[in-house]
Formats: sequence, structure tokens, C-alpha cells
Amino acid sequence: MPQLRMTGRGLWITVLIVPPLVFVALFIVYPIISAFAYAFFDWQGLRRGAFVGFENFHTVLFVEPYRSWTINAFSHNVIVFFALMVLQNGVGFIMAYALWRELPGARFHRIAVFLPVVLSTIIVAYLFKLFLHPLFGVVNISLRGIGLDWLAQPWLGQSSTALWSLIIAQAWHMVGFPTLVFLAGMQRIPGEILDAVRMETESEWVKISRIVWPLVAPSATIVFTLLFVGAFNWFELPYIMAGLDGSPYGSTDVLGLYFYRTAFGNVSSGQQDFGLGSALAVLIFIFIAAVATVITVRLRAREIQV
Amino acid sequence: MTVASASTSYYERRGLLGTLGRDGLLQIILVANTIIMLAPIVIMVFSAFKTTPQIFQSPFSIPDFTNIENFVKIWTQTNFLRYLLNSFLVTGASMVLILTLGTMAAYAIGRYQFTGSTFILMFFLAGLTLPLKLAIIPLFMLMRDLSILNNQLSLIFVYTAMGLPTTVFIMTGFIRTLPSELEDAARMDGASEARIMWSIMLPLVRPAMVIAGIQNVVPIWNDFFFPLVFIQNDDLKTLPQGLTTFMGEYTTDWGVLFSGLTLSAAPIILIYIVLSRQFIAGMTSGAVK
Repeated sequence: MPQLRMTGRGLWITVLIVPPLVFVALFIVYPIISAFAYAFFDWQGLRRGAFVGFENFHTVLFVEPYRSWTINAFSHNVIVFFALMVLQNGVGFIMAYALWRELPGARFHRIAVFLPVVLSTIIVAYLFKLFLHPLFGVVNISLRGIGLDWLAQPWLGQSSTALWSLIIAQAWHMVGFPTLVFLAGMQRIPGEILDAVRMETESEWVKISRIVWPLVAPSATIVFTLLFVGAFNWFELPYIMAGLDGSPYGSTDVLGLYFYRTAFGNVSSGQQDFGLGSALAVLIFIFIAAVATVITVRLRAREIQV
Repeated sequence: MTVASASTSYYERRGLLGTLGRDGLLQIILVANTIIMLAPIVIMVFSAFKTTPQIFQSPFSIPDFTNIENFVKIWTQTNFLRYLLNSFLVTGASMVLILTLGTMAAYAIGRYQFTGSTFILMFFLAGLTLPLKLAIIPLFMLMRDLSILNNQLSLIFVYTAMGLPTTVFIMTGFIRTLPSELEDAARMDGASEARIMWSIMLPLVRPAMVIAGIQNVVPIWNDFFFPLVFIQNDDLKTLPQGLTTFMGEYTTDWGVLFSGLTLSAAPIILIYIVLSRQFIAGMTSGAVK
């Protein structure tokens, strides 16, 4: 009888666990493993050709013009990451600190700061594209309206401002996320600690740097890691605002666009190379996984020290 | 939020000077930020009720809200309604699958001890932060081999798989916190395992299902990338993807463009305003640990 019951329960567990497992195995694990395998073959359109070893990796890293494209896109991702680190996470921290005080209207401010986060990236991208239109966009109209005509620019049309325009749009879209994660971290700081600090110092700066910041370190680790992963597979916003080629002149090209273009081709080039695309995907994968691990381990280690 | 109320006592001395000095500065920052956050959305909604010349001449003026010509145009002359229905269909089907399968897996892992349960949990959590976007080439080939390219099933399957890791993670943690006395009692009474899960546990895990649901519904509703790759047929496009088609058609009619954006943003903004607390908790829950 116990034996029978065991098998019955085993069957029941199997019924529960197998269907979800199949989905994850088939649509996440298998494609990720395949992405690695694909990179070692030559591809003719959708058909897999000969095994070519590391040739695809060699091409995207060392053979011109791919080498320059790779470096160009990668360097933009680095800029995007550091800029968002300051703009999105930095502003997010300040906002969280301000919200934490529970000043009048805090509830409303909290709802407002998170509102853009729930919007689709596509909506945000088009919104800013319209706002930044050189002639009719609200940004330039306002600048001319207040007599700053010289500041009115074709923001998305010139290399010097295009990438930064995208970064600002992205920061606007997502700043609510780190804000609320930091805020949640601050709200977990025990009141006794704050009271103790109050005895010690009146300085706001000392309080933030010595107490608040170290204690929200777990939130910081998560927010940094997610920003890193997000910055290095950034795609939708540049795709809408700058186009698949990262216009103008590749000044907004990022790894996501470059990878997509290489894999699926674009209207102007028509070239489609799954081998090179897979090699790029694998390199980005490994880079993201490696750095995300380092961030987590290093920051976690610091948390324990504090 | 509970701890915050405890810490407010610390800030209670609000002399006029103190208020102006410290909290005043913070209040200014908050108000400025809120204006920056809301202004683009307000301008978008205002512009949706204006004609193109009005948008260019007075972008900030309050429009005549009875002028819904732009919306009528979208509703009657474009595929907008179709895109909206497609988004509902894909998101709804994915959410049903995610919550059903996620609860099943989490229940099995969280409630029974069996060999390999830790490994299976790790398997679900694998790739939690790794972007599946980068595996799009094999996914594309897989969908082709399954003959569901250009079919909404491809989206539903990918979204379901993508949603399962976080769902299993959140719900396993939650289910483990539930006391086992109730099910033990039911087991004594001879209730079957399926019945215990359905009648006793399921009502208890509802709060975790809401969190997991919100965490997944927003990215799925907003996703643009997978439809871009999988769907070609205009009649099958989801809202974010359809929006690109639509924006391309009306490049010179800005009133229609803005009303398209407003109409696309409206459902999620309205739900968010009504359920902001649940939304914020749901969307940040993975990061707040």
C-alpha cells in the first residue's frame, strides 16, 4: 500500500512538473545552447553549411569591416551603460531619497515617477522621435519660443547629439524602476539605526554616504546588474528612434542593432548571415554573463564587509 | 511602507527653517521630477485632440477635447482594433499558460520532496537574467521547424517560456512559507493530492499569482521584438508592432500619430493608475529581495 501511494504521488509530481519543464527546455534552454552551436557553422540563408570552427568569431572580431562595426557598436554600449548609470540610477537614488521622506504629495510623486515604466518602449521611442523633430518637434519649438534659437538642433539627425538623445529618452522611460527599488531598500533600514545616526551627526551627506548607501547596497547590486544587462542588449528604442542602421552614420549603432542587422539583414544591404550573427550573439552573451557575475560577486562581497 | 511610517518620527520636527532648508529642496526636486515625468504624456494626450497645424503652432495649449476626429480616423481607417485584439489574445493566452504551468511547477517544487527537485528549480531559474533576445536565430529556426512562424502560437509559446522562471521563482518561495497543517489534515481525511492542491492550496497562493501576473503581463503586452521577428502578416500584428506600421503610414498627420500613441498607451496607463500599488509591487518584486 505505501508503495502504491508513492508511485501515485510520483506520477502526480510528474504531471505537475513536466509540462512547464518542456516549455522552458524547448523555448529557452534549447535555443540558448543552439545559439552556441550555430556560431561554428557556415550558413547559406536558412541552410546550415560546413563546420568552420572559430572562423565566424574571427571575422566579427578581427576582419574589416566587421571589426570596426563591432568596436563602434560596443563602444556605444559602453557609453550608454555609464551614462544611464549616472542619469537613470543616479537620479533614481536621489529621487528615492526624496520620496523616502514621505513629504506631502509623496504618494502622487511615487505614482508619477513610475508611470513611464509601464509604457511600451515603442510608444516612448515614437513620442521622443516626434518631440525631437528638427522643425516641428516640441523641443525645438520651445527653444525658439524662449529665444534660444541657437540651441535648436536636429537632435536625431547629427552624430554629436543622436546617441545622447536616445540615452535621455531611455533614462526618462526607466528612471522610475531604480527609484522604487532603492526606495524599497531604504524603507527596510531599521528606525533605531537612523535614530542613532541622528545623535551622531546633522550632516545629510554623512548620513547618506555612511548609513543609507551601505544599507541599500543589495538593491544597488540588483539595479546595477539589470541596467548592465539592459544596456548591452538595448534594441527597441534605438531601432525606432535611429533605425536599423544606427543613423546618422552609425553614430547610434549598438550591439543589439548590429546583431539583428547581421542576422536578419536590412533593407539597404539585404545580407543575412546566421553564422556571423550567432557568433556576435555568443560573444555578447558571454560578455553579459561574465560581467554580471563579477558585478554580483564583487558587490555582494562588499555588502558583507559593510 | 510599514517601516517608513516608523521612520517618519525622525523627520517630524518641521520648523519653518528646517522645512525650507532640507525638505524644501527635496520637495522642489520631487515636483520638478514629476513635471518631467508627466509633461511628455500630457503633451501626447493634448496633441491627440489637435489638428496638425495646431500642434505646430501651440504645442502646449489645452485642446478642444470634444474634437475626436483623429481617434475616429484611427478606429475606422486603420487596423488598430485588430492589433489591439491580437495583443489581448496573445497576452491573455500567455498569461493563462504562465500562471497555470508556473503554479504547477512551483507547487511540485515547493510542496513535495523528491529527488532532483533542487536541480529542477535551478533549471527553471537558468537564464533568468540572460536575454533570450540573443537566442533569436535558433528560436526563429525552431518556430519555422514547428511551422508556427507567422502564427501567434510562436509568440504565446515564447512568452510562456520567458514568464515561467520568474513565476516559478516567486511562487515557489511563497508556497514554501505556507503552513502544511491544512493539507496534512486533508490528507488524513483521504483527499487526493489533486484535490488538496485545487481546493486548499490554490486559494492561498492567489496573492503570489497576482504579483507574478503583473510582473509578466507588462513586458508581454509591451513586447515588440518577438513579433518583429515572428510575425509578417499585418492581420496578426500586436499593438506595439502594429504601431510601427501605422506610424509609417501617417508621417505627416501628427494629430493622428499622437492619437495613435495615446490610444496605445491608454489601456495600460488607466490600469496602472487604478492599481498602482499592485503594479509597483509586481514589477519591482523580482528586484526587491
